[in-house]
Amino acid sequence: MSRNLRWKLLLIIFITAVALIYLVPSVVGKIPGLLGRILPQDKIHLGLDLQGGMHLVLEVEAQKAVESYMERIKGDLKDDLKRKRIYAPIIERINGDQLSLEVLGEKEKFDEFIEDNYPVLIEIAAEDRGKYHKVILGIEKKQADFLKRYAVDQALETIRNRVDQFGVAEPDISPQGSDRILIQLPGIKDPQRALRLIGRTALLEFKLVDDEHSLQEALKGRVPEGDIILYQRRENQETGRVSKVPFLLKEKTLMTGEVLKDARVQFGDLNEPYVTLELDPRGAKMFDRITGQNVKKRLAIILDNNVYSAPEIRERISGGRAQITGIFSLDEARDLVIVLRAGALPAPVKILENRSVGPSLGKDLIDKGVKSIIIGGILVVLFMVTYYKISGAIADLALILNLILIMGALAGLRATLTLPGIAGIILTIGMAVDANVLIFERIREELRLGKTPRAAIDGGYSKAFLTIMDANVTTLIAAVVLFQFGTGPVKGFAVTLSIGIVASLFTALFVSRIVFEVILAKRKLKRVSI
Amino acid sequence: MEFVKPGTKIDFLGIRSFAFGLSGLVIAAGIVSIILHGGLNYGIDFAGGTLVQVKFLEPTQVETIKENLASIGLDRSLVQRFGEKGENEYLIRVEKSVSDLEDLSGQIEGTLQEAYGKSGVEIRRTEMVGPKVGKDLRKKGILAIVYALIGILIYITWRFEFIFAVGAVIALAHDVIITVGAFSIANKEFTLPIVAAILTIIGYSLNDTIVVYDRIRENRRKARREPFAKIMNSSINETLSRTILTSLTTLIVVVILFIFGGGVIHDFAFALMVGVLVGTYSSIFVASPIILTWQQRK
Repeated sequence: MSRNLRWKLLLIIFITAVALIYLVPSVVGKIPGLLGRILPQDKIHLGLDLQGGMHLVLEVEAQKAVESYMERIKGDLKDDLKRKRIYAPIIERINGDQLSLEVLGEKEKFDEFIEDNYPVLIEIAAEDRGKYHKVILGIEKKQADFLKRYAVDQALETIRNRVDQFGVAEPDISPQGSDRILIQLPGIKDPQRALRLIGRTALLEFKLVDDEHSLQEALKGRVPEGDIILYQRRENQETGRVSKVPFLLKEKTLMTGEVLKDARVQFGDLNEPYVTLELDPRGAKMFDRITGQNVKKRLAIILDNNVYSAPEIRERISGGRAQITGIFSLDEARDLVIVLRAGALPAPVKILENRSVGPSLGKDLIDKGVKSIIIGGILVVLFMVTYYKISGAIADLALILNLILIMGALAGLRATLTLPGIAGIILTIGMAVDANVLIFERIREELRLGKTPRAAIDGGYSKAFLTIMDANVTTLIAAVVLFQFGTGPVKGFAVTLSIGIVASLFTALFVSRIVFEVILAKRKLKRVSI
Repeated sequence: MEFVKPGTKIDFLGIRSFAFGLSGLVIAAGIVSIILHGGLNYGIDFAGGTLVQVKFLEPTQVETIKENLASIGLDRSLVQRFGEKGENEYLIRVEKSVSDLEDLSGQIEGTLQEAYGKSGVEIRRTEMVGPKVGKDLRKKGILAIVYALIGILIYITWRFEFIFAVGAVIALAHDVIITVGAFSIANKEFTLPIVAAILTIIGYSLNDTIVVYDRIRENRRKARREPFAKIMNSSINETLSRTILTSLTTLIVVVILFIFGGGVIHDFAFALMVGVLVGTYSSIFVASPIILTWQQRK
């Protein structure tokens, strides 16, 4: 055997060994001791469709963040204008993010005031209507864009916190495009609960109950100026029936969950869970002032527009502690604590896509996939041996090596194996023999022309080489496009197909050739078994 | 063993008018089917909606499931058996996709648990795709196929000649249209994995076509004086053995996949089966003959 050939043989053995080493964790599991620490530890990473889990795409309704910002400005503006004695009795939010005002008196004074104090507001339209000026104010585009971007960043961070506290192994939470968030939670058992936890806005608000006006009148449609009606949702634990209790509240929000320092689950006398809130120093001061000013009034605690409780303020509370009672289960109380700790989403989110796969289904799919690979593989192997005899066996050897390389590469590159990915491997089996078929047909042609075995094999490989390259490169183009445009499972397919193509180029053009060379070097062949 | 004896000389180009007619007929059948069905039968990936795969402990009927779903107003949803009969698995598909937290799959789960007992049903998979995402994915799917074709066009023009690239792309379009048509005729759902299957078919069929083109290029260098049609015909004949063999090995695995792969993979394998057959046909009867027809017209 020539030195050159020996080196090539060593290279093949080396590459095979590396692939096998990478496969050890996936096949045998973790190896204890020193050896386990030296060897690679990554198993083949299974996609959500195979191991079970949840795939979510959320859209942050960033425009809503701009709208709530304008809502806050509206409140501030009302107070400030009053203080400056600029009379604008009617201020309304229109078209989502614009303010409509009716300004009495000098317009110049108003303009000057806005320019000095609210630089983010711009005048969109103004009209002199005799008694008053009708003014429409909008928000500067730069500021709006900033608010939107901030809302998405903040939502990402908040959701990350919530998922971390919920306890999911290897979650993947990443932004997608300008306003979307992709969340992958492998192995999650209760997708419904996770969804409620991730998707809820969790805006905690404290508002006063309006006891001066009649709730009955308000329910008939005569809601007093500056008031709103919100409901308390009560679920009967036994029948599961939901009832709604209305509350007439002052619209102004006195405090929000922003000032929260911590939240905890506690248990009451009847072992019913409730949630205690600990406020930060600023919040404690605010809460102290609010409770001090409103003794004997009722303070409603509202989460996402649902009134949890509305206890009467008996005395000023200065410790910076509050609690949310209300009928909920332990799981609900725990989830509530998680969302309160992680903070509110700056804008509501919409679920664009939700795919969850149970763990048992994934196992089924893997079993079926592996079964298909084995049956398909055996049939192809048998076919090749029948059709091409010993040469067919050489192609089979290359094919088996091909499978080992694909699996090893998947583990080594930490690529994700998905269900279409398994299909990709099976397809590769079919196509991998193609390269060998091309070569063998060429060799047969050469033999028919009366060439010696040595010349026929050389001729076959060199003539088939370009064809094989051209054919595989074009398939690779399709695979790369697939990877670029595909999502999740389809990407997995592109990955295995690409790895498969590269591996089959190596095994068909290089490995099977070397095997022929070795045979040719060992003995003088009179005829080729092909 | 030899399937195709050496020296086989079938006049593939001579029957090209017949082949074009046949292709035209099959393509027309597919298009008519798509029109009659009112467009493609998009799965929830592209149409949006909610899909729940449920496994029942005891055998049950589609009708019973529908009756139970009636209580939450979903009696008009599509319920179908999934996988083999003994597996008691069903797919429930609802057109609606609900983007708020009161999600549909949760309601379906609750209703079925009430009817069959908590351990009597297992929710194995739920998928909800909003209409916006569906539209996005549809666009992406079409773009993927178009970009793949453009990439291939450029590569073949570089390696061969522009006219060959045109022939290859026509053959590929032929394969894609027929496969999509077959999906419509079989009334199967068009989903994301099917787009992957179609791209694979593009890659595969191209593989076949390139092998033939490669041989034409080689034979043309050897015998410059021979008429183009004769070179083409002998090239197709010379590569015929390989074309059939590769199709056969690929078909073996795809059929195995079709039989043993289970529910989700089933349709994927169906697309590949059609694609491999059509792809093989087109690389013999379409890709090269169309070049000849093109050149003779000029």
